[in-house]
Amino acid sequence: MPLPPELDPWSKLRATTRARIGLGRVGDAMPIKDVLEFQLAHAKARDAVHTRLDTAPLKAAIQGEVIEVRSAADSREIYLRRPDLGRQLHLDCEALLEPGDYDAVFVIADGLSATAVSLNAVPMLKAALTRLHDLKIAPVVIATQGRVAIGDDIGERLGAKLCVMLIGERPGLSVAESLGIYLTYNPKRGTRDSARNCISNIHGKGGLSYEVAADTLAWLMRESLRRKLTGVDLKEEALLAAPIAQALAID
Amino acid sequence: MASMARYATSFGGETYRFDDLKSVLACASARRSGDELAGLAAESDAQRVAARAVLADLPLTTFLNEALIPYEADEVTRLVLDSHDAEAFAPVSHLTVGGLRDWLLGYEADSVALRALAPGLTPEMVAAVCKLMRNQDLIAVARKCEVITKFRNTLGLPGRLATRLQPNHPTDDLRGIAASTLDGLLYGTGDAVIGINPATDNVPNCLALLEMLDGLRQRYEIPTQTCVLTHVTNAIEVMNRGGAMDLVFQSIAGSEAANAGFGINLGILQEARAAALALGRGTAGQDVMYFETGQGAALSAEAHFGIDQQTIEARAYAVARAFKPLLVNTVVGFIGPEYLYDGKQIIRAGLEDHFCGKLLGVPMGCDVCYTNHAEADQDDMDTLMTLLTAAGVTFVITVPGADDVMLNYQSLSYHDLLYLRSTFGVKPAPEFEIWLEKMDMVDRAGRMRMAGPQNKMLQRLISAAAA
Repeated sequence: MPLPPELDPWSKLRATTRARIGLGRVGDAMPIKDVLEFQLAHAKARDAVHTRLDTAPLKAAIQGEVIEVRSAADSREIYLRRPDLGRQLHLDCEALLEPGDYDAVFVIADGLSATAVSLNAVPMLKAALTRLHDLKIAPVVIATQGRVAIGDDIGERLGAKLCVMLIGERPGLSVAESLGIYLTYNPKRGTRDSARNCISNIHGKGGLSYEVAADTLAWLMRESLRRKLTGVDLKEEALLAAPIAQALAID
Repeated sequence: MASMARYATSFGGETYRFDDLKSVLACASARRSGDELAGLAAESDAQRVAARAVLADLPLTTFLNEALIPYEADEVTRLVLDSHDAEAFAPVSHLTVGGLRDWLLGYEADSVALRALAPGLTPEMVAAVCKLMRNQDLIAVARKCEVITKFRNTLGLPGRLATRLQPNHPTDDLRGIAASTLDGLLYGTGDAVIGINPATDNVPNCLALLEMLDGLRQRYEIPTQTCVLTHVTNAIEVMNRGGAMDLVFQSIAGSEAANAGFGINLGILQEARAAALALGRGTAGQDVMYFETGQGAALSAEAHFGIDQQTIEARAYAVARAFKPLLVNTVVGFIGPEYLYDGKQIIRAGLEDHFCGKLLGVPMGCDVCYTNHAEADQDDMDTLMTLLTAAGVTFVITVPGADDVMLNYQSLSYHDLLYLRSTFGVKPAPEFEIWLEKMDMVDRAGRMRMAGPQNKMLQRLISAAAA
């Protein structure tokens, strides 16, 4: 039976983290309540992976020119097994992307969580754009069944100096709606992941806020344009920035 | 060409031909989605067995004469061939791959013989023999391998199972990380390392996290090491600025090009190791490196050179052993279903990676884990952790409630360690075991005490952390 808060020594510490700390024990095992909560969270996360991105509300919320493209992965099942296809622009979509004189293009892709994109992509985009009035920004591109590297193809075709990819991160048990941002200077097909900078864990359940992420992103974008690079060589000193993708990248 | 004849076999009235050595190895691998994705997998189950038959008859010396990635083009190949110890290889140099499998399972191949053999084996030999071994063979042989390493405690001793305590936090909140760390310590985890994957991977943040971990370690005099798993280039900068760095971490892979994808090369690893050695922070020993690997890393970096994922993974262990690491672990189910599709594939890969690492003389641990887009669940993790403990795995990774709230995947829980300790009788590193007793965290039966309100000592620790 759970202890009343005044007797539970963990009650204060729980406020500091979403991690499952201070669970009880039955012998060596977790109590059944915690086992079932875990199983429910896992079931919900799996559902989030398989949800389809509804692009209509996104387009309405962006209130500007939007180009909609899709990857060469025709279904969710193929997308999961064939990341190479998720990185490729579908042949039918190539003609939609015309070259221009752009400092940056924002690409929104479903990645592994359409939920993350539905909830967080537009507010994140707007927080970023208010800090970038002096830059030439291309029309926003929405890519479905897309992985991070589809942004290379898109950025290259548009002739953008920077590609800013807003993508749904792999759902976790406690958060199925985490958004990640990948920044790539001079996007070209075949760009290495080490040539990108990443800001992850953007969401409203105790993750990075839009405002903090946008400050970091704006700083990285200006620094990147100035130094003409992204990736491990773009070291930054801003305390709240996140330059390097986790080693085994989430895409 | 002679090669056509070398890589062919008649099997059940049908002839199977393989273009080259790489293709024999790839087709002989147990089925997995990553090799299918790369277009390297056997086209049928019968072809897979035929490839194993070809492999079984292949002399081990083949792998010394035929580089899978050319010597001139790849520093990992150069490392493997230049550091090959012919004297250590001598006891098995006359054998085929199948002969090595039998030799390894023989009674004479005990821990002393296997330790002496390790420098004579190349990762390709080890990967090849692995493909001929059933899961029980992988367990039986790995269990005989003893790889002992030291920093502030002693890891890899027989009858011991260490743990990495992984207190990750989505925004690197210091109090949140401290809370998860305390929780883990109360289950007796953290003797391999208390290691954080930073959500924000930069130098100032890394310095702050290291200071907190080091303060905690010193305050409670915990005989363990701490680590922030930052990129090696950050680690060098952190050491330049006087950060409290015990271990240098880096993700590594099995080809020069794949390592370039991680932004590293052998030279930078050497530089970082030298800097960490110069700090002289170890008390029991000076093994200062910590590496992570995982099948699929090379393919995902498009730097696999047509080599199957299990073989190129084994090459990463040759990279690791060149730097005398304290810890190495495969993050086996982390990379996703495009490489290891389901529980069966993850379990097999975990056993393979552990076996290959140990046989090459690497202190191999495992992050027994899976992601939410893989066809796996906690039952599969129960199976793999049980098998790996039977195989004598050096350490496993544990997180609160099996849920990593920063990296968004599931690993083992602190509870799982208690299950492994009771079921197998495995103990933590000896120095850490003594510390747990000194802190009165263990009862008379040797079990971790419950952290309930009746326990004054644990209450005090928790209240101190919350204050």
